[in-house]
Amino acid sequence: MSVIAETTVAARARPPRRHYLNVNYGVRSWLLTVDHKRIALLYLVSVTLFFFLGGAAAVMFRLELLTPQSDLFEAETYNKLFTLHGLVMIFFFLIPAIPAVLGNFLVPLMIGARDLAFPKLNLLSWYVFIIGGIFTLIAAIMGGVDTGWTFYTPYSSTYSNSYVALTVTGAFITGFSSILTGLNFIVTIHKMRAPGMTWLRLPLFIWSHYATSLIMVLGTPVLAISLVLVALERLFQFGIFDPRYGGDPVLFQHLFWFYSHPAVYIMILPAMGVVSEIVPCFSRKRIFGYTFIAFSSLAIAILGFFVWGHHLFVSSQSVYAGLVFSFLSMLVAIPSAIKVFNWTATLYKGSIVYRTPLFYALGFIGLFTIGGLTGIFVATLPIDVHVHDTYFIVAHFHYIMVGGTIMGYLGGLHFWWPKITGKLYPEGWARFSALVIFVGFNLTFFPQFILGYLGMPRRYAAYPDEFQVLNVMSSAGASILGIGYLIPLIYFFWSMRYGPYAGANPWDARGLEWTTASPPPTDNFDYKPRVSQSAYAYEEEQKVG
Amino acid sequence: MAEIHGALAHQFDDPEQQVEASTLGMWTFLATEILFFGGLFVAYIVYRLSYPQAFAAASHHLDILLGTVNTGILIGSSLTMVLAVYSAQMGRSRSQILFLAATLALGLAFLGIKGVEYQHKFHEHLVPGAGFQFSDADPRHAAIFFSLYFGMTGMHAFHMVIGAGLLIWMALRAWRGEFSASYYTPVEMVGLYWHFVDVVWIFLFPLLYLIGRH
Amino acid sequence: MFEDLPLFPLQASTFAGQVDALYFFLVAMATFFVVLIFGTVIYFTAKYRRRSETERPPPIHIDMRLEILWSIIPLILAMISFGWGASLFVHMSQAPEDALELRAVGRQWMWKLQHPSGAREINQMHIPVGKPIKVILASEDVVHSFYVPAFRIKMDVVPGRYTATWFEANREGEFHLFCTEYCGTQHSGMIGRVVAMKPVDYQRWLTSQAGEEPIAVSGERLFQQLRCESCHQTTSTAQGPALTGLFGRQVKLESGESVLADEAYIRDSILNPHNKIVAGYRPIMPTYQGQISEDALHQIIVYLRTLGRAPEKNPS
Repeated sequence: MSVIAETTVAARARPPRRHYLNVNYGVRSWLLTVDHKRIALLYLVSVTLFFFLGGAAAVMFRLELLTPQSDLFEAETYNKLFTLHGLVMIFFFLIPAIPAVLGNFLVPLMIGARDLAFPKLNLLSWYVFIIGGIFTLIAAIMGGVDTGWTFYTPYSSTYSNSYVALTVTGAFITGFSSILTGLNFIVTIHKMRAPGMTWLRLPLFIWSHYATSLIMVLGTPVLAISLVLVALERLFQFGIFDPRYGGDPVLFQHLFWFYSHPAVYIMILPAMGVVSEIVPCFSRKRIFGYTFIAFSSLAIAILGFFVWGHHLFVSSQSVYAGLVFSFLSMLVAIPSAIKVFNWTATLYKGSIVYRTPLFYALGFIGLFTIGGLTGIFVATLPIDVHVHDTYFIVAHFHYIMVGGTIMGYLGGLHFWWPKITGKLYPEGWARFSALVIFVGFNLTFFPQFILGYLGMPRRYAAYPDEFQVLNVMSSAGASILGIGYLIPLIYFFWSMRYGPYAGANPWDARGLEWTTASPPPTDNFDYKPRVSQSAYAYEEEQKVG
Repeated sequence: MAEIHGALAHQFDDPEQQVEASTLGMWTFLATEILFFGGLFVAYIVYRLSYPQAFAAASHHLDILLGTVNTGILIGSSLTMVLAVYSAQMGRSRSQILFLAATLALGLAFLGIKGVEYQHKFHEHLVPGAGFQFSDADPRHAAIFFSLYFGMTGMHAFHMVIGAGLLIWMALRAWRGEFSASYYTPVEMVGLYWHFVDVVWIFLFPLLYLIGRH
Repeated sequence: MFEDLPLFPLQASTFAGQVDALYFFLVAMATFFVVLIFGTVIYFTAKYRRRSETERPPPIHIDMRLEILWSIIPLILAMISFGWGASLFVHMSQAPEDALELRAVGRQWMWKLQHPSGAREINQMHIPVGKPIKVILASEDVVHSFYVPAFRIKMDVVPGRYTATWFEANREGEFHLFCTEYCGTQHSGMIGRVVAMKPVDYQRWLTSQAGEEPIAVSGERLFQQLRCESCHQTTSTAQGPALTGLFGRQVKLESGESVLADEAYIRDSILNPHNKIVAGYRPIMPTYQGQISEDALHQIIVYLRTLGRAPEKNPS
């Protein structure tokens, strides 16, 4: 039976009568839901709010950076703004966004399950996320923290006059949200795949989320204990990181980066998974090198645990350690390169249509390539000696986290929006905002590479005059980027009310999630999914049941 | 097919899948706990290698008798926990509850003795912070030992308190007849957790109490 | 470049040209791959536009040679970058024996510099061009970082230990000195300038900094003031090990291991005397933690270095 035919002819006419959004109404049905799809939407609302909060902080300090002097804000306020930006964006947006929104929604659908392995733990993870967020917001409202999101000791543990203990408690609590999500995904992917869904038939989105979950589960606890130690030192003068008590400030850096480096792979792997779904769909062709991409995800997750010392090249770490970490950091770049080449090769002799999700995916490929290549720069020891803690690093990680992750997130939101809401968004506005975002992004962050190599340090409220022109360019870009992000907010809302009905499979994509209605029923499938095709079988019709 | 008391959750296809999922879930969670305690162990190792004399001197101030008794108590509680799970497997509700209660009692005894030890340290001015006094070696380095002592045993005790709560919950459910020979997964999972907490102590005890003792 | 819009930093040290050469190699490599990927993506996207609704391209099966090729080539390029970088880094980490030693102390939010002659500066560092210069770094409070972009050098300044960096300026002029590890409210104000001058001008400048005694002399004075000599004598009945000829020597400890007597060892011995007891001596040295400033510690260390290597122990 051809699901595509049924979709395009009959079901396009009207949406399903009962689906997960209208099965019951009321605040309680949302706040006490155990449906992974509703929980995904709870996360969507929360991470969007945090994103705009972190973005507002960025707008403010980029305004300050229009002039060389620290004239818009006092230095202490500026320091609190960039700290808030980092904390909110990393812990409350980048780490949860794709896994907790798209992952939560899609993992059971893609493997043919009715829900995740532990639905109540899933809801708990959202509450834990919110509670952690509230702690951090309270700390911010009471006056905030000025340590930078990296909390280096002994400044954070002894000297800072700000709400460190409260803020690290917030981050600590939210970490458990990550651990619970990762745990849920690992068990679900291992144990709840539909009959016929072997590991090598899994969509690459699932492989990426599996690799991400390994990191979430193994890395986050180390961050948790590092934050606990900072809080204990602050509250009880335990003296673990304070040299006046014989403590070692660099020990904190090791413990902190042992998590925070793998954390960046938590941020990028899911976005890579999104790209792996979008490119084959809009090329109407199997992905090139499926096994290589799948194993590259695992390789990145594993290797990512062994490179943390590249954040400590100039921290008084030994030369020998520097050499080892530089070498390993070079290795972790290779699987990412493999992915980029495979995605590009998928386009070869494809049948390509231009849709917004593809624009975001291609934007990801280009910008991630730049970000990843500059990773080679900073893994090279003498280059990092020069550019560490300068705007070069800021540009490097923003190319990956914004040019990479956020574009992947937006691409995924656009790709699966019809499945999540049953509605289509306006394609013209979507393309326009993708363009605005792409232009705004590059104008914001490319000048920062130049600024960094020139020597402009990070976290500076005031800077020497000769850096002004490039800073003005960057701030101008930031305002364009901000506008670019607001446009989808508007049209996504509009589409929920006025958008045309999408149908079960508006993109003619492959994958189990497209074989069920849009929006799906609460139990995901009206039939028992059975898989007999490999993933991305675009040369055939989608086989169902 | 044996009755399951309606314990099959809607997302699972069959009871076997549910048991496997629960088991993998608990092992994954324990892996996170290993990494969590691991951070503390790394800090301990770094400072012990840096200040061996201060650590040895500080360690001698710990009450080795109480520590050894506690170790015995905890190992005993793991035994009673195993017997509780075995009783559950055999469908023997009464002995299951009894062994869970025994495990709980031993766990509480452990916590009680720990409380006594903490109190002694407080009176001896060995709690790091303003009132800390130490004369047998560099007090700052000894203070790091005691910070790690309180941090590690405190974190361990916190996990035991959670374990105690879980034991009470399991005993209640057993009393309400929710477990049988064909469904006792929660008891098994709590058992895994309890054994893990025991194993952490097996590492903590020699590292903290037995430095340089012959 | 343009006055108001510099696009590339000055090269003012012997390292700068070497670091920049590696940088340009990386820029070239990156540009090549960016153009390759962007170009290929755009080309494929245009060329393989969907012509009809029913077209269904056949799958292209895995091509192992291609996968291996584009795994090996990036690996080789990355290894070249690693190797080139590693060798330059090792060179940058080994200060020459005869380097002129300056001392920088970072504290919130200023840099204190001291020359061996005793001359002190705040937020400024005068140096001679054409001579290797080693900067010993210490912090009085939090972690800072000593960064001179024009020299391409940077090293964190960590409380509780010494770090060091070195360079050789090869161009006169004034260059930025930045603190580049976030250290609190006035982090962006913790900046200064490095003034590189001809050696003869540097000497002139030094002599004009009258009134400061050389660091070694201050160290000797402190050594006597603190009565170190009461235990540390060269007799065989002394309570503490002799200090003449100590610096740079291997020292055998009670524990059996052997350590190098460098700046860090001496600092540790003064602040944590019971950590490393020398073989044959008892742990009776009192700690000077809290009674001696970073400056004073440095002065004593410099003084001890001047005691040189004794040919043999005094037997009486």
